[in-house]
Amino acid sequence: MIRLTGLKKTYQMGDQTVEALKGLDLHIPRGSYVAIMGPSGSGKSTLMNILGCLDRPTAGHYELDGEDVSGLGNDALAGIRNRKIGFVFQSFNLLHHSTALENVALPLIYAGAERQEERAREALRQVALENRAGHRPTEMSGGQRQRVAIARAIITAPPLILADEPTGNLDSQTSEEILDIFERLHKAGTTVVLVTHERDVAEHAERILAFKDGALVKDEQWRQPAATAAAAGQPGAAS
Amino acid sequence: MTFRGQLRLMRQLTSIALRSLAQRKTRTALTMLGVIIGVGAVIVMVAIGEGAKASVARTIKGLGTNLLVVSPGFSRRGPVRASNVETLTAADAEAILARVQGVVQVAPELGQNVQVKYLAQNTNTTVLGVTPGWATVNNYTLRRGRFLDDLDQRNSQKVAVLGATVVTNLFPDTRAVGQTIKVRGHNFKVVGTLESKGQGGGRDPDNQILIPLTTAQDRLFGTDALRTLSVQIVTEDQMDRAQADIEALLRERHRLADEAASDFTIGSQKELLESASAVSDTFTALLAAVAAVSLLVGGIGIMNIMLVSVTERTREIGIRKAIGARSRDILFQFLVESVVLSGIGGLLGVAAGVGGSRLVSSVAGWETAIESSSILLAFGVAMGIGVFFGMYPAQKASGLDPIEALRHE
Repeated sequence: MIRLTGLKKTYQMGDQTVEALKGLDLHIPRGSYVAIMGPSGSGKSTLMNILGCLDRPTAGHYELDGEDVSGLGNDALAGIRNRKIGFVFQSFNLLHHSTALENVALPLIYAGAERQEERAREALRQVALENRAGHRPTEMSGGQRQRVAIARAIITAPPLILADEPTGNLDSQTSEEILDIFERLHKAGTTVVLVTHERDVAEHAERILAFKDGALVKDEQWRQPAATAAAAGQPGAAS
Repeated sequence: MTFRGQLRLMRQLTSIALRSLAQRKTRTALTMLGVIIGVGAVIVMVAIGEGAKASVARTIKGLGTNLLVVSPGFSRRGPVRASNVETLTAADAEAILARVQGVVQVAPELGQNVQVKYLAQNTNTTVLGVTPGWATVNNYTLRRGRFLDDLDQRNSQKVAVLGATVVTNLFPDTRAVGQTIKVRGHNFKVVGTLESKGQGGGRDPDNQILIPLTTAQDRLFGTDALRTLSVQIVTEDQMDRAQADIEALLRERHRLADEAASDFTIGSQKELLESASAVSDTFTALLAAVAAVSLLVGGIGIMNIMLVSVTERTREIGIRKAIGARSRDILFQFLVESVVLSGIGGLLGVAAGVGGSRLVSSVAGWETAIESSSILLAFGVAMGIGVFFGMYPAQKASGLDPIEALRHE
């Protein structure tokens, strides 16, 4: 699903060059459930931005779903984000003036897709919020907002879900609910990459990657991949 | 994306833009107001200018467009134009009538400003010696009595026809026709009065007394030097040729050498009309330019508010980009907002302009003429301003880095 080879990212800070990622090689098979950990400044945010096609590596290659995306232009990357990646953010990032249903349908607008409302309702049903379709985010609890965000992430049925501290703003019980949804998506074959700084959240994943100073310092197979996920190394099984 | 998908996307982006304007009602209304005032001002100003032009043109046409006016004296543009040059005579007038083709009538005028008395009343006016054809040539109509005729002319009768202003000044209560007035010690019998022509240009066309040309020459002024000589031509298209013929004839009669300047000038109402409408056009352009500045300010208002909007909605732009909006989708959404602002503002401005023009007509009493071209132009410019001033903010929005935008609070 994800193959990184010699991935580097450097930033120019005044006259100083900061190496956020120092030549990373990584393979995440289709259907995996991976957690990324590390203190701030470890390069995990940079990695998430590159994995999410919001940013491009300075050097090296990023192969997503069999396609090398490291050299694509902005519009092509926007298309990849729309079709292949579902984002879940710590601060939800919903549009306040739009209803839950409209927020969920947003990716479909940019895809020029048909049956938008019907598909958005179905996505809301998957996160058990079909009765909140007409509510605005400001009228919802944090857990509900994050479920709306997850519905938005899965509406285009992307093969990859990227979650950046998805439980960071939630209490522990609500966090469990959210993590259950990720578990379900994972079992259905979606590749899930979760960034967190909490060990017990990371332990929900099969594999934990620890970063420090722009390098991968620990690659831990926390639990055995599920039977279905193990077979999902071949393309086609996830989506 | 399919073509239908693309259309659906554009339709949805348009409705997103409209909703965003609807959410910020006060701001939207105030921004539009700038465009409304700009477009409205352009339309009202052009209407006032065009109205003035039409009014001047009508006044000039009222004098007769197929009229040539020959005046004595050298070039009109010369430093001094002496009014007492005695180069044009009644004989010239007769020669023109007899020898120039296309001439219907000539109306020689011989006149001076004098004081005229009736009993204890007196007034300063212009006494003009004219021929019977003068009234038709100059578009005057009779109100009471009769006009001067050939018999008056032949016998140098002391009879007079009064302009409307003179009647008001000398005969506020009595009937003028049949009374006797005193001009330079001579008694003149009033035989008729003229309909008022109204003000037009500098001189009051109603403040004059008409007497037979022969009487003026022989009894009153003792000269046959004409003040002006109006020549009526059959049709307008013969004017240029007739003007040339009259010039040649008069030069011959005045025995002017080939290199000498003419001792008379020929003006036509057409020229007067052209120069007057050139003045009106300049006036209109000036008014429109001032109004256009307010339209420009309206456009800057749109840009200003769109820039604020882009800054406020940085995070929204980041979210849209993260989930797959391309730069051109963002550009389109923001450009639609500014074009809708200027477009609706433009339409309301047209309504305001039309209403404003009517108001100016009824309150100030100025004539206004609303040109459909000025409406189209003002509206078109407003739309153009929406695109032009909306482009920079929209490009700023579409060029935002999604990572930076998502971090924006």
